[in-house]
Amino acid sequence: MTVSEMQFQARASESAPTGGGIEGRSQWQLTWRRLLHDKVAVASMVVIVVMVLLAITAPLFASITHHPADMPFTNTGTTSTGAPVGPGTHGFWLGTDYIGRDLFIRILYGARISLFVGIVTTAIATVAGVSIGLIAGYFGGWVDAVLARFIDTILAFPYIVLALALAAIFGGSLTIVIGVISFFSWAGISRIVRGQTLSLKEKEYIEAARSLGAGPWRIMFIDVLPNLMGPVLVLATLYIPTAVIFEATLSFLGIGIPEPTPSWGSILAEAQNYYTVAWWYVVFPSAALLITTLAFNLLGDGIRDALDPRTERIFAAGKGRRRRRRVAGAVLGPAGPASVAELGE
Amino acid sequence: MGLVWFLVRRILTGIVVLWIVATGTFLLFFTRPVAVVARGLAGRSATPQVIAEVIRNLGLNLPLSEQYWHFLVQIVWHHNLGYSYYSQQAVTTIIAQDLPITASVVVGGVVLWLIVGMCVGILSATRARTLFDRTATLAVLAGYSMPTFVLGELLIIGVFLPLNEHGFDWIQTGYAGLSTGVIPWMGHMILPWVTVATVQAAIYTRLSRGSLLDTMGEDYIRTARAKGLSERRVILRHGLRAALTPVVSQLGIDIGYFLGGVIVVEEVFSLPGLGFDSVQAIETSNLPVIIGFVLVASVFVVVANIIVDMVYAVLDPRVRIA
Repeated sequence: MTVSEMQFQARASESAPTGGGIEGRSQWQLTWRRLLHDKVAVASMVVIVVMVLLAITAPLFASITHHPADMPFTNTGTTSTGAPVGPGTHGFWLGTDYIGRDLFIRILYGARISLFVGIVTTAIATVAGVSIGLIAGYFGGWVDAVLARFIDTILAFPYIVLALALAAIFGGSLTIVIGVISFFSWAGISRIVRGQTLSLKEKEYIEAARSLGAGPWRIMFIDVLPNLMGPVLVLATLYIPTAVIFEATLSFLGIGIPEPTPSWGSILAEAQNYYTVAWWYVVFPSAALLITTLAFNLLGDGIRDALDPRTERIFAAGKGRRRRRRVAGAVLGPAGPASVAELGE
Repeated sequence: MGLVWFLVRRILTGIVVLWIVATGTFLLFFTRPVAVVARGLAGRSATPQVIAEVIRNLGLNLPLSEQYWHFLVQIVWHHNLGYSYYSQQAVTTIIAQDLPITASVVVGGVVLWLIVGMCVGILSATRARTLFDRTATLAVLAGYSMPTFVLGELLIIGVFLPLNEHGFDWIQTGYAGLSTGVIPWMGHMILPWVTVATVQAAIYTRLSRGSLLDTMGEDYIRTARAKGLSERRVILRHGLRAALTPVVSQLGIDIGYFLGGVIVVEEVFSLPGLGFDSVQAIETSNLPVIIGFVLVASVFVVVANIIVDMVYAVLDPRVRIA
């Protein structure tokens, strides 16, 4: 490496935090463009945006229908035998629940909880996971040994059991739910970031940065981190549905968001006693949950394909037939937090 | 020799992990003000006399270090996990009652999970980009996005209820012990198995497919083909062994996750196992039962991880040295 190259590298890395430099930006633009060509990914993005808009405008729908989320309508909302009424009856678009509350409005308010928990916990887990992974990978030695052991322990722990214990002590609440989910989510990200950092820190440009007097923190967060943004972005997208499912599961078990705040999980738990009389009570919340998680998973897959230039190479190296993107994504390693690990190792 | 030494070392670390979990549980539950702990252990409707008695019996007014010692001695020496406040049953008795039910779910679920996951993965990899592969990929994504309890509820609505309506009553919810016969037992377990296995199998299908595809591109596979082995032998003997190692290492990580699924499945299908009872214990703030179940679950995870590590060490000799 010549001196001018080193200076160039150093300058490029200095300008990184302010916008990634020209090189970096064009790389992201390319990725974005590739993503827009992926029909499945675009459709997923549309679904997610619609979901977010519905969640934000939930109070609006509540005022249009005059059905506040927590208000039971004992006269119009239940049949004479006390069972929920079906979709379309008495202005209940998707029917009612077991005490005559508007199911549609409750699903919308449930979307707020699900998306909020999903995004907030993913943000916390990503920041914590990336920081700890960088520190473990860059410093190495006993720091790495301790942190890696800790990461493995967290990954192997039966998290629902601990969530049960914590709920038993503190009672279910939004804070506890977010805390528990974040606590069990960062480790997977850390493991991958650590692996990537281990190999990146041996690269010449890091050596160059060090010889120019850059300190460890600067190297970690300004030189190494931008090169990890791709996998981290994919992981973060794939963690959102995991967190959404996690929250729904906790609420389903009665240790998540406390009543009467609607959550998809608790709505489905209530619906358990009404299988035979009210199909809508189970089907609509399930559909909302499934559509959301599926959209995020498909988008995560799409982002991975768009980010990874290997996708194209696999196309070329194949039997000469162009493959669908999703299939190519699977070639690179399965989706989900567990599997993007393969990307990093 | 290497393998035995490896096993011994893994068991020792397993014991250390269990000790950490026990200590953590103790700290979580017992380092709060004495009155709060006593109320938790005595139940919601306890009178002040009962609470005073609980404090005296459990020595909650002793220094923390003595309590900790007492806690460990009770577990390790007397195998005593305390008593359910409501039924006065020993927690160990409750666990012994629940264990066969949970074990039924776990064993059947794991078998189905691994068989389906691996087989579909291998078939997908060997028939990459065919219709089968694409259908499988799509199904896997749907399965992966499906929360366990949603799948369980949909199976009840879509399979259990219609079948029972038409007089086909082999498939049931609830639990029937093996003593009622293998066939009825399976009828009760089949939906829980399918539910708990599907979500997990989805991940493993992708994992084994990707892993096998990567392996099949290696040079030594070409060598194996070049020396004239049948394709079947190349895949099963040469490809699969290397392809399985990342799958097995993932297995250890997913066991905790799997246990979560088992809890949910027991709740959905009203199987009175450990998961079902622990949710009940939460609802009634039955702390001794919760503590007992947390410890049992940890033992399960640690033991399962040791087994996984052993399999891993057999598959990949490099692990034994590290």
